[in-house]
Amino acid sequence: MTARDVDPRLISDQPGLAGMVAGFRRRVSQGELGPLPVIIGIAIIWVIFQVANHNFLAPGNLTNLVLQMAAGGTISVGVVLVLLLGEIDLSVGALSGLAAAVMAVLNVKHGVPGWLAILAGLATGTLIGLVQGLWVTRFRIPAFVVTLAGLLAWTGGLIFVLGETGTVNLADKNITGLANTFFIPLDAWLLAVLVTAAYTVERLWDRRQRVAARLPVPPLSVLVTRVALLAVALCAVAAVFSADRGLPLAAVIFVGLVVAFDLLIKRTRFGRHILAVGGNTEAAHRAGIPVENVRLAVFVLASTMAAAGGIIAASRLFAVNQSSGGSDTLLNAIAAAVIGGTSLFGGRGSAYSALLGSLVIYSIQNGMDLLGVSSDKKFMVTGLVLLLAATVDALSRRGREAHGRA
Amino acid sequence: MASTPLLELRGVNKRFGAVQALSEVDFAAPAGEVTALVGDNGAGKSTLIKIISGIYAPDQGEYLFEGKPVQVNGPQAAVDLGIATVYQDLALADNLDVVANLFLGRELIAPVRRLDETVMEREANQVLDSLAVRIPSVRTQVAGLSGGQRQSVAIARSMLGEPKVVLLDEPTAALGVAQTAQVLSLIRRLRERGLAVVIISHNLADVFEVADRIEVLRLGRRVAVFAARQTSSDEVVSAITGAKAGEERLATDINMEEAER
Repeated sequence: MTARDVDPRLISDQPGLAGMVAGFRRRVSQGELGPLPVIIGIAIIWVIFQVANHNFLAPGNLTNLVLQMAAGGTISVGVVLVLLLGEIDLSVGALSGLAAAVMAVLNVKHGVPGWLAILAGLATGTLIGLVQGLWVTRFRIPAFVVTLAGLLAWTGGLIFVLGETGTVNLADKNITGLANTFFIPLDAWLLAVLVTAAYTVERLWDRRQRVAARLPVPPLSVLVTRVALLAVALCAVAAVFSADRGLPLAAVIFVGLVVAFDLLIKRTRFGRHILAVGGNTEAAHRAGIPVENVRLAVFVLASTMAAAGGIIAASRLFAVNQSSGGSDTLLNAIAAAVIGGTSLFGGRGSAYSALLGSLVIYSIQNGMDLLGVSSDKKFMVTGLVLLLAATVDALSRRGREAHGRA
Repeated sequence: MASTPLLELRGVNKRFGAVQALSEVDFAAPAGEVTALVGDNGAGKSTLIKIISGIYAPDQGEYLFEGKPVQVNGPQAAVDLGIATVYQDLALADNLDVVANLFLGRELIAPVRRLDETVMEREANQVLDSLAVRIPSVRTQVAGLSGGQRQSVAIARSMLGEPKVVLLDEPTAALGVAQTAQVLSLIRRLRERGLAVVIISHNLADVFEVADRIEVLRLGRRVAVFAARQTSSDEVVSAITGAKAGEERLATDINMEEAER
């Protein structure tokens, strides 16, 4: 117990599960919604489409949904990083296509082994990210302009690299395996158990450290509830995959990247610096944070993720063509990040918003495909959902400001 | 008792475009003393502080720390020397919590490159306790704190690096009565620890409460240095405004009211 006076005006949660629920409800009423609106949105969308077409929630379709999400979602993770800085990167779509094209041409036309071609594709992303990032940070040109120039340049680059045929078909098992490999159902269950166990152990260890340092800890019932929810969710996912083709490698890659970047953002010094630069660049600068290096690193990471997404997309399609990485790639990636809860103004968001936002966007597109809806309506609905998400975010931001949160 | 001041600037010039913000300004901050830097708006106080803290580089002039000339080419260099600054706009990141702000730029790392949240939180509690700062929780977002609490967090942050010099730009400007008293007693505690404390303040009452020395800037030049206990509010005000002390009582009264506002 510290000797510090506790401010008598403080509203603190009652101990126990009841307190946690009451605290949760208070935070919701104050606009601290967290991922709640998105999760509710996903639930609503799924119910609507399931009612309209009973095949929507079938394991086969849900697995397809995950496969559809993996490429764009990976790009979205990179977009989240850039948005956290308060910046934007318009080149991620075109870059994803170009990186995939480089990989495809090296592998198919020059006999480079699959795994090396994949690395070359990723390196293309990294290099371009470095160039764009240096242009933004050293010449102080707005990222909007530099990445817009990139969008144009890499679209042209894609056509150039693909050459006269305009398409390259992929047959290399290492490449096509990325989006088309499935692990046996047992692996899905094992992974579910492992992840739940790892989460539990980590939380318990952290709790023990806090108790040793005499810091306040939430009640154990909170931890138990969280672990239970996680276990249920992972088991549901494992059950769905097991009932179809098994655990997709693409899902492991995508979700693995989401988790890795979430840890980067929340648990490392670099991640903390990204949030600081996005929240108050001047304060970060005065605190001695190397602002320009942080921004450069983020652009490099985002472009690498764009390349990764492009490679997964090519793997899924078994080809790279002139429309790879086309316009809706960019729009979906940004929309997913925003719908998932990352603010366009910087400083707020998480890697999980790429996952949740992608679920929303690709669920809508998948559902509409099942219903045979034409693409004009698909575009309009997706646009509407993005607007809705941004509006909910803006309204909850006003609520947060009224209650004293950023 | 050191005869050379801990921090000293000599002959500093700084120009912004067509405006000569500082001309041949000398400044000294001895250890174990509170030096108040006063002057009207536009006198150059904030510019001088930003030069000391490394944000601006002077066009000309010497910068001496512990008697030796040093190169301060960025805020980090000043921090490394042991000069901590609390800015008027507090330089806090609203989207982060108190712990994150306290350790901004010098986050503690646990093994395997992760942030050591536990140790940072504990130290945050300790430093806030030692400064008698009341905050609901160190995990509150800074955006949710009152102006006085934010000021306290900013000052506490400057304490974490164990600095030798602390610069405070208008520390009591946004504070209520109790918090002003707290900050002033905090300033005295810093002096007792042997730090050199520099405060910019418009509030001459606060200045006379804590300062040992008063340096006056006017229109970019240093026009006077007073020992606080040997001068009066009148003298300081006339130095600030340029009116002669004693002459034209009426004008001086008006100026004093303006200075105190």
